[in-house]
Amino acid sequence: MNIVVCVKQVPDTATERKLRSDDKTLDRDAADGVVNELDEYAVEEALKLKEAHGGEVTVLTMGPGKATETIRKALAMGADKAVHLSDDALHGSDALSTSYAMAQVLKKIGFDLVILGSESTDARTGVLAAMLAERLGASQLTLANKVEVEGTSIRVQRITDYGFDKVEAALPAVVSVVEKINEPRYPSFKGIMAAKKKPVETIAIGDASIDAGQVGLDAAWSEVVDFAAAPPRAAGTIVKDEGDGGANAADFLASKKFI
Amino acid sequence: MSEILVLVEQVEGEVKKVTLELLTLARSLGTPAAVWLGPGITADAKAKLAEYGAEKIYVGGSEELVQYVVAPKAEALAQLVADKAPAAVLVAATAEGKEIAGRLAVKTDSGVITDAVGLGEGFVADQSIFGGGVNVRAKVRRGTPIVAVRPNSTAPAPSAGAGAEEEISVTLSEAAKAARVVERVKQEKGARPELTEAAIVVSGGRGVGSAENFSVIEGLADALGAAVGASRAATDAGWYPHQFQVGQTGKTVSPQLYIAAGISGAIQHRAGMQTAKTIVAINKDPEAPIFELADYGVVGDLHQVVPQLTEEIKKRK
Ligand SMILES: Cc1cc2nc3c(=O)[nH]c(=O)nc-3n(C[C@H](O)[C@H](O)[C@@H](O)COP(=O)(O)OP(=O)(O)OC[C@H]3O[C@@H](n4cnc5c(N)ncnc54)[C@H](O)[C@@H]3O)c2cc1C
Ligand SMILES: Cc1cc2nc3c(=O)[nH]c(=O)nc-3n(C[C@H](O)[C@H](O)[C@H](O)COP(=O)(O)OP(=O)(O)OC[C@H]3O[C@@H](n4cnc5c(N)ncnc54)[C@H](O)[C@@H]3O)c2cc1C
Repeated sequence: MNIVVCVKQVPDTATERKLRSDDKTLDRDAADGVVNELDEYAVEEALKLKEAHGGEVTVLTMGPGKATETIRKALAMGADKAVHLSDDALHGSDALSTSYAMAQVLKKIGFDLVILGSESTDARTGVLAAMLAERLGASQLTLANKVEVEGTSIRVQRITDYGFDKVEAALPAVVSVVEKINEPRYPSFKGIMAAKKKPVETIAIGDASIDAGQVGLDAAWSEVVDFAAAPPRAAGTIVKDEGDGGANAADFLASKKFI
Repeated sequence: MSEILVLVEQVEGEVKKVTLELLTLARSLGTPAAVWLGPGITADAKAKLAEYGAEKIYVGGSEELVQYVVAPKAEALAQLVADKAPAAVLVAATAEGKEIAGRLAVKTDSGVITDAVGLGEGFVADQSIFGGGVNVRAKVRRGTPIVAVRPNSTAPAPSAGAGAEEEISVTLSEAAKAARVVERVKQEKGARPELTEAAIVVSGGRGVGSAENFSVIEGLADALGAAVGASRAATDAGWYPHQFQVGQTGKTVSPQLYIAAGISGAIQHRAGMQTAKTIVAINKDPEAPIFELADYGVVGDLHQVVPQLTEEIKKRK
């Protein structure tokens, strides 16, 4: 089975994240870049499926040069090879253009299964998997906390507000995963060493028939008009419980008309 | 004024509160038209949609619309967009709502804004990003604006609309039927409001100490008519089901009131609750970062404070 895992480099949530004042895009220099946490679960699931069914796991990332660090981590976990779509023309792409560019790469490299995290920690749009399924004409099995493949059919448990749905489809498919699906493995020392020798193909938009007029800041379907740091919340009242903490809290709730 | 399509969210025929919020929002920007996709629309549901301003109610009543993963709903909306040329399409910013919005955006070659917490003139949307640290105003500049709006972004206000019903027939492509739902499994839901929709959320964290002790949190929630949430520490420990996790990798809530008990307030938890209008924290550690956000904080043992608060609320009701 030919599995492609999408992995995104995002600013570490533990550091201060910013937008750039000049073009209002993500400031990638302001914070450390890390692998989007949910994407590690996606890599783990891909490796598990490969272990059970054979085949190959390819990592796909779209991002500037330094996103290669993200690829290395996935390769160290056990993925076989990687494709890094990197081109200045992609800077400022929104979800529409990102999904377009990634779909073009996926069409070029081919796949039975594409696995993603269900959302990224920076933009958190949660739309990419659905957009890829739409663009690729593949089955959409998203928000999965369990994945089973049998021959050319695939079944997942899709998390819903009320519990879960059991969903069935034929490959090729696009799957997104939630964090309760597995426990991502730590790269071993051997894995880290082996990763250094694994093939990473860096491609530009021309290599995947990506139309420059459909990507980047100028082509984006949406735009940031302006932004500002959120005003700090006004300091609240903090009281120490002297046996009446609950009653005091009730007074506060009453003053705000919650009771 | 041009029409604004509002995708109706419903549970077992009952229109969800978020839809009434979206109709209220749509009314300030154009003529709201509700879109009901799936079987089972009732007279009550229609009346509710009209009460909150729907001038039109488009009804796609086919069972097929709900038998597959999101694609049929996106296809139905895309056909309506082509037929009616609405000024915008609003959906609820739930996981499924956003997926529908994503597919619809591709189908109609339109931009999409996700997780809007407000929407103004020209469909300029407010977003609160990076765990609430930055406020953004963003807009769509290609195609029909598609905006996924977070529950609790607007107070729903009734204002009667004509509620003229128009049946729509949707022809589904084979591609839309690729992923079939073979079974729906409902888990304990109980009488509490849905987490992402609730006006009040009471959440417990590691400080709750055990699964059994979550009854303390539930007691307070029930006294307030609130939903129960949990931190990841609590769901990872198995004290509360994962679907109630609030935060970066859990649900995003924007209630009127959020009460955090025994939760430290890690950045990843804050990412899911920081846009709450009022925040109350109960924590025995005065240095806990949650107090930086709290409008009201009690430094103390939640096992003392929370039951007392619950009793006081019951007394005052
Ligand atoms: C704060 C912020 C808000 C934004 N809001 C919007 C908006 O409202 N509308 C809009 O159109 N665009 C928006 N964008 C732009 C959008 O984030 C990017 O186009 C893009 O990175 C895809 O969105 P996502 O990360 O939210 O995808 P999600 O759907 O949240 O990501 C799901 C998964 O897709 C995969 N993935 C995503 N991007 C890549 C990548 N580059 N390479 C490899 N895998 C990837 C990962 O596996 C990830 O887990 C926003 C960006 C930021 C920084
Ligand atoms: C990528 C990533 C994603 C994450 N996603 C999420 C997410 O979605 N949601 C989330 O919640 N977390 C998430 N986390 C985890 C997050 O970093 C914290 O570990 C988590 O929120 C801590 O939960 P907690 O506050 O309940 O526990 P702790 O941090 O252990 O805090 C417990 C608090 O309870 C207090 N306490 C203890 N006993 C009592 C008592 N008797 N009375 C009163 N107070 C008491 C303590 O003083 C302490 O402040 C994520 C982490 C990462 C790295």
